[in-house]
Amino acid sequence: MKILVAVKRVIDYNAKVRVKTDNTDVDLSNTKMAINPFCEIAVEEAVRLKEAGTASEIIAVSVGPKACQEQIRAALALGADRGIQIETEDSPESLNVAKLLAKIVEAEQPELIIMGKQAIDSDNNQTGQMLAALSGMPQATFASEVSIEDGKAQVTREVDGGLQTVAINLPAVVTTDLRLNEPRYAALPNIMKAKRKPLDVKTPADLGVELKQHTQLLKVTEPAERSAGILVSSVDELIEKLKNEAKVI
Amino acid sequence: MAILVIAEHDNTALKGATLNTITAAQQIGGDIHLLVAGFNCQPAADAAAKVAGVSKVLQVDNAAYEHQLAENLAKLVLELGRDYSHILAPATTTGKNFMPRVAALLDVAQISDITAVEAADSFQRPIYAGNAIATVKSLDAIKVITVRGTAFEAAEQNGSADISSVDAAEDLAISQFISEEMAKSDRPELTAAKVIISGGRGMGNGENFAMLEQVADKLGAAVGASRAAVDAGFVPNDMQVGQTGKIVAPELYIAVGISGAIQHLAGMKDSKVIVAINKDEEAPIFSVADYGLVADLFDVMPELQQKL
Ligand SMILES: Cc1cc2nc3c(=O)[nH]c(=O)nc-3n(C[C@H](O)[C@@H](O)[C@H](O)COP(=O)(O)OP(=O)(O)OC[C@H]3O[C@@H](n4cnc5c(N)ncnc54)[C@H](O)[C@@H]3O)c2cc1C
Ligand SMILES: Cc1cc2nc3c(=O)[nH]c(=O)nc-3n(C[C@H](O)[C@H](O)[C@H](O)COP(=O)(O)OP(=O)(O)OC[C@H]3O[C@@H](n4cnc5c(N)ncnc54)[C@H](O)[C@@H]3O)c2cc1C
Repeated sequence: MKILVAVKRVIDYNAKVRVKTDNTDVDLSNTKMAINPFCEIAVEEAVRLKEAGTASEIIAVSVGPKACQEQIRAALALGADRGIQIETEDSPESLNVAKLLAKIVEAEQPELIIMGKQAIDSDNNQTGQMLAALSGMPQATFASEVSIEDGKAQVTREVDGGLQTVAINLPAVVTTDLRLNEPRYAALPNIMKAKRKPLDVKTPADLGVELKQHTQLLKVTEPAERSAGILVSSVDELIEKLKNEAKVI
Repeated sequence: MAILVIAEHDNTALKGATLNTITAAQQIGGDIHLLVAGFNCQPAADAAAKVAGVSKVLQVDNAAYEHQLAENLAKLVLELGRDYSHILAPATTTGKNFMPRVAALLDVAQISDITAVEAADSFQRPIYAGNAIATVKSLDAIKVITVRGTAFEAAEQNGSADISSVDAAEDLAISQFISEEMAKSDRPELTAAKVIISGGRGMGNGENFAMLEQVADKLGAAVGASRAAVDAGFVPNDMQVGQTGKIVAPELYIAVGISGAIQHLAGMKDSKVIVAINKDEEAPIFSVADYGLVADLFDVMPELQQKL
């Protein structure tokens, strides 16, 4: 079974973003970038399926400028076999990303596509679902457990009320939640080996996809600041403040 | 201009987030239709008819929609939604699951998790774990939107809309519901609670959450958790508050043994009053707290429970 994983280059989850003073966007210059944590979980799941003998090949795809090859290499170091970069100027809108990925899916015919449930920069939580719809495939989002059997995937999903289990026909799209697995660290020899693994570069034109603009970013602003609070010295004082000052209990 | 809102329900009752989504629809302005797609869902449709501001309820009653499977539901919404200017659903795990499929099939963008309506085509949404707010304009003819419930008031339930039954069912049969394990609790639901008390890694283990539950019972509060507490297996996943868990904005949020990582703050910093109880006075949670108590939670919680 061939598995495709999509990896996005995003701000490191520990880094703090700044809003540009002209409010046109956030300022990411000199910010540490990394593979989106949910995508790392996607790669790890694919590698585990390969180690278990279920998967035969893992392809890691990223959409974006040349710099996102770093994240493809990171996926290769974790155990993906080859990479594809789809070269675009910025990170395009989710629907465009989904359309580009759909073309790769058409060409590569993977039986399983594993993606992150959300990218921690734009927090959209939509690309996997869009890809599934465009490819006419079923989906299992927010996965915390995946097992593959008889041409189907049985997936436990983290939903608002608890856990839901669904069975989906393959090929299908699965998006990862935090508790699906704990990604390994890439060992140094694997990082070296990853440098020699094949990495193809394609353009949207190669894939026959025209990128359309569906949204326009009007401005980016700072969220409302909370005003500084006070420290109380005892439980009695806390209760008194909550009753008489904040009036919330 | 007419707006189609997709109700979230369990066939017997509406989920609260539906009411907040109706308010967002009212702010956009236009005729509002509420779709209830389910199985044996008459009680939910009746509840939908009572939501103020709704002019018509569309009811689709078929086994294909019993569990709101994304594949079937998206197909239905696609068919019913073409003539609307906006299609809205709550940004819950159900809405997040099927709505992007609707958008993709309509060849339009989805504007995810909006927190304010600026105009009929422009919306605010938090990005980077709420550390920046983007104002996004949709250029599409049909606007597909998910709504953050905590950012909008709940609509009243004193309306009386007509219910029209629609016959449009199709089971794509590519996905199948197997089972579910839903948390049972007499406490209010996290996203609707007026008071929330959450525990973090500092709680030490799952048994110690009983201390939070006792205080919660006195305050009529819901109990939440940080990711670290969920990952450690102290409590189940549906209790996680944060960027990648539930977004909450109660009147009072009490964080106990939680350090205040940005991913946690993203889920609770719009709460009206925040209390932090932590033994480390340097913990970042104190920077957003209205009232901070630097102390050992194992001393504080029993005392709080006794004195409330
Ligand atoms: C301030 C701002 C606001 C925006 N608002 C919107 C908006 O409201 N609606 C909209 O449609 N777009 C919006 N965009 C554009 C959008 O965020 C894209 O930039 C983004 O790349 C699309 O993916 P996502 O982050 O939404 O993915 P998500 O759906 O959150 O990510 C899920 C998964 O999809 C895969 N994936 C996503 N992008 C890539 C990629 N480039 N390469 C490989 N895999 C990928 C990964 O597996 C990822 O884990 C906005 C952008 C900015 C800067
Ligand atoms: C992609 C991604 C998504 C994430 N999403 C989320 C999310 O949605 N929600 C979330 O919460 N986190 C999320 N996280 C994790 C987040 O970064 C933090 O790791 C997590 O919030 C820490 O949980 P904590 O505060 O309970 O634990 P810690 O950071 O370990 O803090 C424990 C605190 O308890 C205090 N403490 C210990 N013992 C006592 C005592 N006896 N009395 C009083 N205080 C005590 C300590 O001083 C400390 O401040 C995410 C991380 C990533 C990478």
